[in-house]
Amino acid sequence: MRSLQIIFIVLLIIILACLPMVIEKDSTINLVILIFLYIILASSWNILGGYTGQTSLGHAAFFGMGALATRLLWTRGFPILPSILAGGLLAVVFALLIGAPAFRLKGVYFAIGTLALAQILNVTVGNVLPEIAALPVEELTAYQLMPRYYLFLGLTIIVVGGAYALVNSRFGLGMMAVREQEEAAESLGVSALQHKLLALGISAFFTGLAGGAFAYYHVSYYFQFTFTPVWSLDMLTMVYIGGTGTILGPIIGAVFFVVLKEFLVLNVGEYHLIIFGVLFVLVVLFLPGGIVSAWKKIRDAFIRRAKLDGNKLSRR
Amino acid sequence: MLEAVAQNLVFGILLGALYGLAAVGIAMVFGVTKFLNVAHGELLMFGGYACYWLFNLLDLDPFLSLPLTILFLLLIGVILYQLLFVRMVKLPEEEKIKNTMLIGFGLTLILQNTALLLWTADDRGITTSYSGAAFTLLGVRFPYVRVVGLVISLVCLFALQQFLRRTYTGKAIRATVEDWEAASLVGIDIHKVYLISFLLGTALAGVAGALVSVSYSVEPSMGMHWTLKSLIVMVLGGVGNFMGTFVGGILLGATESATAFLIGGNYRQVVGLVLFLLILIFRPQGLFGTKER
Repeated sequence: MRSLQIIFIVLLIIILACLPMVIEKDSTINLVILIFLYIILASSWNILGGYTGQTSLGHAAFFGMGALATRLLWTRGFPILPSILAGGLLAVVFALLIGAPAFRLKGVYFAIGTLALAQILNVTVGNVLPEIAALPVEELTAYQLMPRYYLFLGLTIIVVGGAYALVNSRFGLGMMAVREQEEAAESLGVSALQHKLLALGISAFFTGLAGGAFAYYHVSYYFQFTFTPVWSLDMLTMVYIGGTGTILGPIIGAVFFVVLKEFLVLNVGEYHLIIFGVLFVLVVLFLPGGIVSAWKKIRDAFIRRAKLDGNKLSRR
Repeated sequence: MLEAVAQNLVFGILLGALYGLAAVGIAMVFGVTKFLNVAHGELLMFGGYACYWLFNLLDLDPFLSLPLTILFLLLIGVILYQLLFVRMVKLPEEEKIKNTMLIGFGLTLILQNTALLLWTADDRGITTSYSGAAFTLLGVRFPYVRVVGLVISLVCLFALQQFLRRTYTGKAIRATVEDWEAASLVGIDIHKVYLISFLLGTALAGVAGALVSVSYSVEPSMGMHWTLKSLIVMVLGGVGNFMGTFVGGILLGATESATAFLIGGNYRQVVGLVLFLLILIFRPQGLFGTKER
């Protein structure tokens, strides 16, 4: 990383950390929290889906597991941070349990298999815990937005930073090699299964942490809600809109997703999901690299033009 | 007791026939084109609504209006194909499956919410003068509409098989499944084959949807449920074997009712999914499929 980038990132974090002191309105803070949540989710999904090439449609299961464990522990008197950690770890245990059989499935069967797994959990949790996860009165009266905000900010930094460190490590290169061509990677001594499992584990851990933070943040929701397939599809949508297999892609995708959704809900109401569907289809058809690649294309076009102009000048 | 078990099983099998029909549609498209259209359930839902409105607004008998429902679905199919799926034809197989799946998800959002806006979230079913009628055999009730549904499913399946076996286009489709490059070398128009297969898939979804709206009910968010069922059954039966797929559907229907009877209706959905995962892991070629060459 160039020092300019580091300065920019540090500045951005400082600004985000000071944001609640400037902004009075709770609704704006809530919107920023939502953006953090979706950045975490998209970045986590991207580790497995974008960098390792395993399209998962079952990440709602990890999110739900994290939320469930955290909520149950926390409302029974455990401190919140260990509870969230426990949620993340439970998601990992579950991910590794299903990982070994799921990775015997290739490509599309993996995608459908994970969807099926998440649906099994979704239905089962809905049957076993049909009630609303409401907060106990003492927690409700003590509820404050600030600790939630900083928790989400911290998690966002950890997850994005973690993803960055991971993909720039030797292991990250292995993951990408597995994505590009499994056989070739294997022949060079990169164990495909090992890399996939670790990518899945880390991805699930981060998603589980996000679930835990969600359980700490949301006052009341159905236990089943965090297991619904919408979460998995949202993660996939954001990453594809932003750009798969990049660090910036999921961040841009998440910001774009939340802000546009908010804007559309306010302005066109019921039509917003249709517009989202159309948008998503358009991105898949015409912008396979997401917004990040569009930016690159525009920049390259500018550079090329600048070079052409330069050539013209020098020819004179 | 025995009668209750038999009754449950019969209802399961009758529902399973519709799973089978829906799955044959998705398998037809996937087998030939390698398009994984996850909006198949939404197409089925549109078929159901078409049949419902033809009955409610024009007083057309749901079984006699089937050709109109099919026509409507073919129209949607042509639009979707020409607008979206045609761009996927030339991609390599892996990319093709993945991209069509993603497009399918976008379509799911679009179609489901369009239906929600147009027709609200209400459950709608067709109630004809003969809806409640049934005959009884050995103490087991057979509702006429569901039995006719089974018969129509079988007719569709038979017609499809004859079409693939006897007609020139059918043979071209089968040749394309075997080896599309060789097929195009001997002068088969791949684009036409893909379009026809895709349309056959949408038409089958339409028929299945119409039968669902007659025997059960339709609502905008039913698509995901039916897509999952179709995928489960497709994998159960093995791709490229329609009879196997259809039997897989009946098997799933029967298993579901057995579960509902033994464990409770809440877990109906789970058993199919568990079955699906087990088969994917231990017998990826399907129950009736043969090993990949």
